[in-house]
Amino acid sequence: MDFAMDFPALNEALPETILGLSALFILVFGSFRGDKGMTSISALCGAALIGAAFAAAWSPLGIVFSGSFVSDGVSVFAKVAMYIAAAFVIVLGQGYFDRLNSRRFEFPILVLLATLGMSVMVSAGDLISLYVGLELQSLALYVLAAFRRDDAKSSEAGLKYFVLGALASGLLLYGASLVYGFAGSMNFVEIAKSAETNMNVGLIFGLVFVISGLAFKVSAAPFHMWTPDVYEGAPTPVVAFAAGAPKFAAMVLLARVLETAFIHNIDQWRQVLLVLSVLSFVVGGLGGLMQKDFKRLLAYSSISNMGYALLAVAAGTVVGIQALLMFFVLYMVDTLGLFAAQMSLNRKDGESITRIDQFAGLAKVNMPMAIAITMLALSVLGMPPFGGFWSKYFVFGAAIAGGLWWFAAAGLVASVIAAFYYLRLIKLMWFDAPVVDFGKAPAEAKWIAFTSAAFSFPGVIVFLIFGFGLAANAVIGFGGQ
Amino acid sequence: MLPAIPNLLSIVTFAPLFGAAVIMILRALSRRDDEAVISRNAKWISLWTTLVTLALSVVLLLQFDGHNPGYQFVEHYQWFGPISYHMGVDGISILFVALTVFLMPLCIAASWTSISHRVTEYMVAFLLLETLVIGVFTSLDIFLFYIFFEGGLVPMFLIIGIWGGKDRVYAAYKFFLYTLLGSVLMLAAMLYLVTTLGTASIPEMTRLLTERPFGLDVQGFLWFAFFASFAVKMPMWPVHTWLPDAHVQAPTAGSVMLAGILLKLGGYGFIRFNLPMFPDASEMFAPLVMALSVIAVVYTSLVAFRQTDIKKLIAYSSVAHMGFVTMGIFAGNALGVQGAIYQMISHGLISGALFLCVGVIYDRWHTREIAFYGGLTKLMPHFAFVFLLFTMANVGLPGTSGFVGEITTMAGAYDWGTWVALVAASGVIFSAVYALTLYKRVMFGVVTNDELKKYPDINLREIAIFTPLIIGTILLGVYPAFVFDFTTASVDGLVNAYQAAIGG
Repeated sequence: MDFAMDFPALNEALPETILGLSALFILVFGSFRGDKGMTSISALCGAALIGAAFAAAWSPLGIVFSGSFVSDGVSVFAKVAMYIAAAFVIVLGQGYFDRLNSRRFEFPILVLLATLGMSVMVSAGDLISLYVGLELQSLALYVLAAFRRDDAKSSEAGLKYFVLGALASGLLLYGASLVYGFAGSMNFVEIAKSAETNMNVGLIFGLVFVISGLAFKVSAAPFHMWTPDVYEGAPTPVVAFAAGAPKFAAMVLLARVLETAFIHNIDQWRQVLLVLSVLSFVVGGLGGLMQKDFKRLLAYSSISNMGYALLAVAAGTVVGIQALLMFFVLYMVDTLGLFAAQMSLNRKDGESITRIDQFAGLAKVNMPMAIAITMLALSVLGMPPFGGFWSKYFVFGAAIAGGLWWFAAAGLVASVIAAFYYLRLIKLMWFDAPVVDFGKAPAEAKWIAFTSAAFSFPGVIVFLIFGFGLAANAVIGFGGQ
Repeated sequence: MLPAIPNLLSIVTFAPLFGAAVIMILRALSRRDDEAVISRNAKWISLWTTLVTLALSVVLLLQFDGHNPGYQFVEHYQWFGPISYHMGVDGISILFVALTVFLMPLCIAASWTSISHRVTEYMVAFLLLETLVIGVFTSLDIFLFYIFFEGGLVPMFLIIGIWGGKDRVYAAYKFFLYTLLGSVLMLAAMLYLVTTLGTASIPEMTRLLTERPFGLDVQGFLWFAFFASFAVKMPMWPVHTWLPDAHVQAPTAGSVMLAGILLKLGGYGFIRFNLPMFPDASEMFAPLVMALSVIAVVYTSLVAFRQTDIKKLIAYSSVAHMGFVTMGIFAGNALGVQGAIYQMISHGLISGALFLCVGVIYDRWHTREIAFYGGLTKLMPHFAFVFLLFTMANVGLPGTSGFVGEITTMAGAYDWGTWVALVAASGVIFSAVYALTLYKRVMFGVVTNDELKKYPDINLREIAIFTPLIIGTILLGVYPAFVFDFTTASVDGLVNAYQAAIGG
């Protein structure tokens, strides 16, 4: 193991190393095999993700590369969750592009690269790795959003995502340069030392810009404008991916910046987060009421959910971070399940079902799927005993423990507004008569939807026991706390 | 003495769920075109499931020790964090369990012919609802309570929305969102309790809060959050408006569940949370509750009098009767709380029976307009007897259970303040006015409508449904000790703690 001794950092960054190297090798392999090799390439990428997940679980914790890469409990927890989510997305995408007859081997590789970017994000220890990780993830996602280049909506989604995303990156970079300029260091721990004694207006500006850039990535209001359009236009497996893991990564990154670099300035950033959070659940709740498209509906739902996640970060405690971890795992499962369910619904003529009113009468035609969608919808609206209820339990519990109990009450009341649009979905499926001829459901989407529903209940009973313990262990020593 | 069955309480709670699972599995295994057979199986399985649950609950009642004020049949398994699977019943909750399992087979039997489409889903929804409602009364963990309490919304939403009347969708939404808005505030309060006290167990919380109560301001907020949820559920004036809509649109058995059991969740919550956990706030807010209660008693009685729809009339009368319950609970003395529990049990039987009576005529003529009917005594003498009995019980005639409930709650309220009892007593007269008017317009007089002659008197199935309700109403009316034997010890414990806390 001489090699490992010369580059000790590789042990801590083993999952990233695996992902990066496999992405490059598989890309070379793919360029020889071409698009007909998509199945085997998907399998290879899936295997790389699983391998990386195991590597993440077993690689040592530590701070390496002169403090720019942090491998701690939180990053490991997030990485394992994101890798698993990415693997499911590759399965979904394989089936999706198969049916469209547009197999392209770049899809799984781009997912892999985006995941690598997220990995770097959750482990970022300074402003450089923050930015590099974020851009790697974002660029891969821009391409993925525009992946159906013959489809006008997909291209539009890609372009919108790219232009607005570039703007956000610009804001973030500007903020980062201000922080560097006024704090005199790139490293979060060094910044914290400087910010503790000398929190001047330049640093505050930088802080606000960094928060804005990241808020854009997690689609928190008022930086949410791109979300409905991208959700509607981008290919569904891509949205299923973009709705979960990247937001998890960006939120963990936000938490890390705030609770490491600006740990002593909680009063400065807490108000910003609270404003973002309240705006998000109001915008998400009200905006969703008018939607006709299923994916746009989920976009608004995700906006309000990001409001909840921000509340957990705003609590500013380790309990808040633990809540964030639990929240995102449960949220990713629900989102993945709902998108998979939508992909599993087709008309007899092969057209996919996109409008909400086309879900009408599903219970009469396909009862198991109707039950699964009902469970997932109830879960997202926070109905006990489903997973989504427990994610709200953790978040609001953390917020109340952090003394934010007016905000928690506001969030809970806003969740009643959001309940309406999921109820509408349930009403359409159960009360109304079918309006479209439902065709045969594709197997992989169907089973992923069923698995997610089964996870949200009764699987969550078991998950809560060990997930709670893992998340509690993960947050020990997070940031400067 | 019967042998003790381990985990009996969990078995009672989840037996209906098991039955629902059996129905679903059988349906998944059978061919699609066997719709008639599947429906018949579903009906029989659910009837047997509810009867077995009833039998198991009888064992529970027999083995219950009425002298023990604490929780019995306790099961406790750690789940995660502060939350555990913690079940148990005391003298207060066991009666509600009994009421639920008693009404449930009647609901299934009442739906036997009136539900013709999507029968399997209907039965599954009812069995699911039964599990969830029993769970509310048996859970001793605050979040387990919340799961059952809130989960019950979903099957009821489906029952109203799928098998309801013309405006069922509106009623279902209103029911769901109204109650959800109430209960999210309760959730916030529960989270506050758990994060401050570090335990989610209801008995443990009550003990901690008795030893070291919160300051009055915190108590006030928490009391109000719980109150918001239970007042909507109860429902108290002025947040009762969802109830008439839900009742009118729900199918007969749905109305029976709603009036008979779901409304009681509110009263049960007041007794379990508001009174023992926040005694000072309860005392502070008691005048408010009393005012709302007497308004409910008088005002909704008057509203009931003006109704043209039979079901709506009975729905408003339910709100009025629930006014007696809240009055009794917040009187804070043993008589009042005992009376409130008694009134809830009695109202469960009587209003359930009244909705079944409406179901009898609705199944025949498919209208609930009072003006449509008249002179039914001549055409349906047996039905006339049943309807009269329950109308009288609703009015509170001595000898029926309705009398005992009203007189004890009023006596309790008299202890608290004379004027409350005075105004509430006038409500008894109003209730006689609307109930007797209803009976007169539907049953007496000449048969003006030839349509009415088309259908026969109640059949054997309907008689079989009413018989246990009649027996129950009369039995409780002449021998109230059936209820008080169970409740006395637990209520005394609760009330003594409350009086000690408020320094009375």
